[in-house]
Amino acid sequence: MDYLRPRTWQDAVALKTENPAAVPINGGTDLMVDLNFARCRPAALLDLSHLDGLKRWGKSNGTVELWAGVTYTDVLEHLGTDLPVLAIASRTVGSPQIRNRGTIGGNLATASPAGDSHPPLLATGATVRVESMRGVRDVPVGSFFTGPKRTVLEPDELIRSVLVPTARGPQQFSKVGTRNAMVIAVVSFALAFDVAGRHVGTGIGSAAPTPIEAAGAAAYLEQELDRGGYWQDYRELPAGIVEGFSERVAAAARPIDDVRGPARYRVHALRVMARRTLRWAWSALATDGSRAH
Amino acid sequence: MDPVLIELTVNGRSRTAENVWAGESLLYLLRERLGLRGSKDACEQGECGSCSVYLDGELVCACLVSAGQADGAEVVTVEGLSDGEALHPIQQAYVSEGAVQCGFCTPGLIVATHCLLDANSDPSDAEIREALAGNLCRCTGYEKIVSAVRLAATETAPG
Repeated sequence: MDYLRPRTWQDAVALKTENPAAVPINGGTDLMVDLNFARCRPAALLDLSHLDGLKRWGKSNGTVELWAGVTYTDVLEHLGTDLPVLAIASRTVGSPQIRNRGTIGGNLATASPAGDSHPPLLATGATVRVESMRGVRDVPVGSFFTGPKRTVLEPDELIRSVLVPTARGPQQFSKVGTRNAMVIAVVSFALAFDVAGRHVGTGIGSAAPTPIEAAGAAAYLEQELDRGGYWQDYRELPAGIVEGFSERVAAAARPIDDVRGPARYRVHALRVMARRTLRWAWSALATDGSRAH
Repeated sequence: MDPVLIELTVNGRSRTAENVWAGESLLYLLRERLGLRGSKDACEQGECGSCSVYLDGELVCACLVSAGQADGAEVVTVEGLSDGEALHPIQQAYVSEGAVQCGFCTPGLIVATHCLLDANSDPSDAEIREALAGNLCRCTGYEKIVSAVRLAATETAPG
């Protein structure tokens, strides 16, 4: 078995092609647990933590490109203004120790149905950029996950970065767990408004085999906001619209009963979270509306 | 995985370990190969924080860093905070406040407290609780721990 430690991204990509069974390690917050408990013994470890330049981000044309080594701490300390919903979600991850090591790239690759960054990345319409010796391809986050802990990544591919549109309106995130820190989400929900585009983005976590969008709920809300002229004056939303939205979010979930909670509870919690995040985000728009334009 | 040679700096001293399995944890390396047993081995999954150390200046769980990743790194453990036999003011504050019972969580809490006070010399109770959220205590409870951090903040405050 091998321990592979590339110094450059190009070397890492080449090593992954030569050693397709090698498992990438960066923050180690998921993989080391499996190694410590002897749940996996990979043929090789591909250590990405020593790469120059994998822990950086760049902004251009209304998009932030987060390279795969960017940690939750980086996001919440430096990107709260550009990527608020991702920063809110990042602050709910684990503990300071975990946030210092855990990366957005690793969260995508691990592909837990409960991954905290996934609902925000769905709601904002982010794109995963993957690379191999064959080239670079962009995968919308909504198409990236194929099942619990499974993704579209080919054995020779590495996640290079994720491209996240900068906030175009209020964004909110909510997560239910048994305490405020160190919890795997029982269920989570992200909401992002694109005010200029009259668009609503959603993301549900821990309530289906993969993170999912609540597309029907988003379409309903867009239609109601248009029809009622709410985009013009940001006046308070009537209960009917809030309920209509939250019912549709809950209906989008396909949860299971497991040790963290029964399916019925997840659906109930999701309805409450959808209602709250909508109220929070919309009230921010009412307060800040002129600035959002 | 072939054994590797790990060279790192621990508490200011260069250390080497031969025949290391690169997939083993920094915690195992520190405790079993370098004889530094201050960092405690409890959950091995980043839940409890009892193995908290500084890795290149960042607070991490040593159980979630592979030995290979620690090669070339600068590590500071709880042993590196005291001055020989003299307790660090943070350690003294935990003793003074009785924030120690079985003591298993204490080394990790001392390092996490050190990291907090380094960044914020006068934290609020909410900030203390958020900063220590990754460190579990199963016996004394958190009131005395928070008191100890408050005391340590007054003892270590600049000026």
